[in-house]
Amino acid sequence: MLDLRTCASLSEAAGILSGDRQALLIGGGTLVMREVNEGRLTEGTLVRVTDPAFRQISAGGARVELGAGVTMAMLLANRDLAYLHAPARGIGGPPVRTMATIGGNLFAGTPYGDFTVALLALDAQVVLQSGYGSGRAVSLEDFLSARERGGQGLVTAVQFARPQNPAELHFRKISRVKPKGISVLSIAAYLPLSGGRVTQARVAYGAMAPTPIRARGVERALDGKPLDQAAIQAAKQAALEGCRPATDAIASEWYRREILPVHLGRLLAGEPR
Amino acid sequence: MAKLPVQFRLNGSDRATFVDPASNLLDTLRRGLGDFGPKYGCGQGTCGVCTVLVDGEPQLACLTLAVACEGRQIETTSGMADGPNLHPLQDAFMDHFAAQCGFCTPGMLTAARALLAKNPQPSREEVVEAISGNICRCTGYEPIIAAILAAADAPGARRA
Repeated sequence: MLDLRTCASLSEAAGILSGDRQALLIGGGTLVMREVNEGRLTEGTLVRVTDPAFRQISAGGARVELGAGVTMAMLLANRDLAYLHAPARGIGGPPVRTMATIGGNLFAGTPYGDFTVALLALDAQVVLQSGYGSGRAVSLEDFLSARERGGQGLVTAVQFARPQNPAELHFRKISRVKPKGISVLSIAAYLPLSGGRVTQARVAYGAMAPTPIRARGVERALDGKPLDQAAIQAAKQAALEGCRPATDAIASEWYRREILPVHLGRLLAGEPR
Repeated sequence: MAKLPVQFRLNGSDRATFVDPASNLLDTLRRGLGDFGPKYGCGQGTCGVCTVLVDGEPQLACLTLAVACEGRQIETTSGMADGPNLHPLQDAFMDHFAAQCGFCTPGMLTAARALLAKNPQPSREEVVEAISGNICRCTGYEPIIAAILAAADAPGARRA
């Protein structure tokens, strides 16, 4: 039978999660309660956090910090975070967005987890707290590659540098059902321009591997180049580097591989879907 | 495992009950408190038939931990009518034949109610977006969209 512990502080929750292998954090509930409802999660302790810091948004400065318990609806209500509204709006319908949290999205299995794709393009860091100590920041990429092993501690927040020009963050979720459908794939690209050339491009995909991934080949193809037809063509040729898409109920591996370069090219060229 | 107490305001009335620690709000409403307005559909957050308002915001009762509702305002379709007078949304759903099997209707009404409370004059696109978390397998959505747009113009529709 499942037990529930309600924690008034992040450190108390982190302590429980560190000391009990059967303890599991429940945030908005969109992942954990599914498991409960389907009878796949029947033993252990659900840990709930009521600490206000868990739902805190600090978005005004150069460094943005979002509590792991911040919901997609809270993001959509925040004007300082308008550059993240497209990926937040890509998560479920309105009732899901009231519940779904940033922290939960980091754990969503493919083909979910589209918000995490945008965080990857922002080169976000994940703040982890183990036991009663203070939090430590790890790169989101490292966090995702170790995600399946678990045991990383409590995710308390995500942090990233505020984009100098928010218009340089681009996001697309490709789905067959509009306006709400599960991702065939998603693409986020942060493409800062300096002197007409892309500098330090960061491109990420969702649903093209077991976790969201950075598109290193595309980044290399774009860096230092003007965003012209030649660069876009090179990016499309490098698009599939590192991809390991699955065949699932939404799309086949073949289909995902076929359409990724097409949608990447359209995104880079600023063309409509 | 000991049951936990939970108290909240349901459709304007204070309610208190005991729940299993991992109980969801939907079970608590239907089995514990006899409110059969919200339905059990997928249990995964996909179909939207269990949509309720928690402090005025649409939420999926099947994925909401019951104890997390302590002290909050819960509204379901059971509380929409004012005695014998239906809510303008309910009237509009009847007038526009927006219910067929009726299973999705409570969730659709709740999603529409949340929309009109914030945006009394929504566009068609805003209506479509508002009900995008709710699946209907009968009507093809068009009568539902028409009903919500009609209710938006109806006198008294702005009362949440």
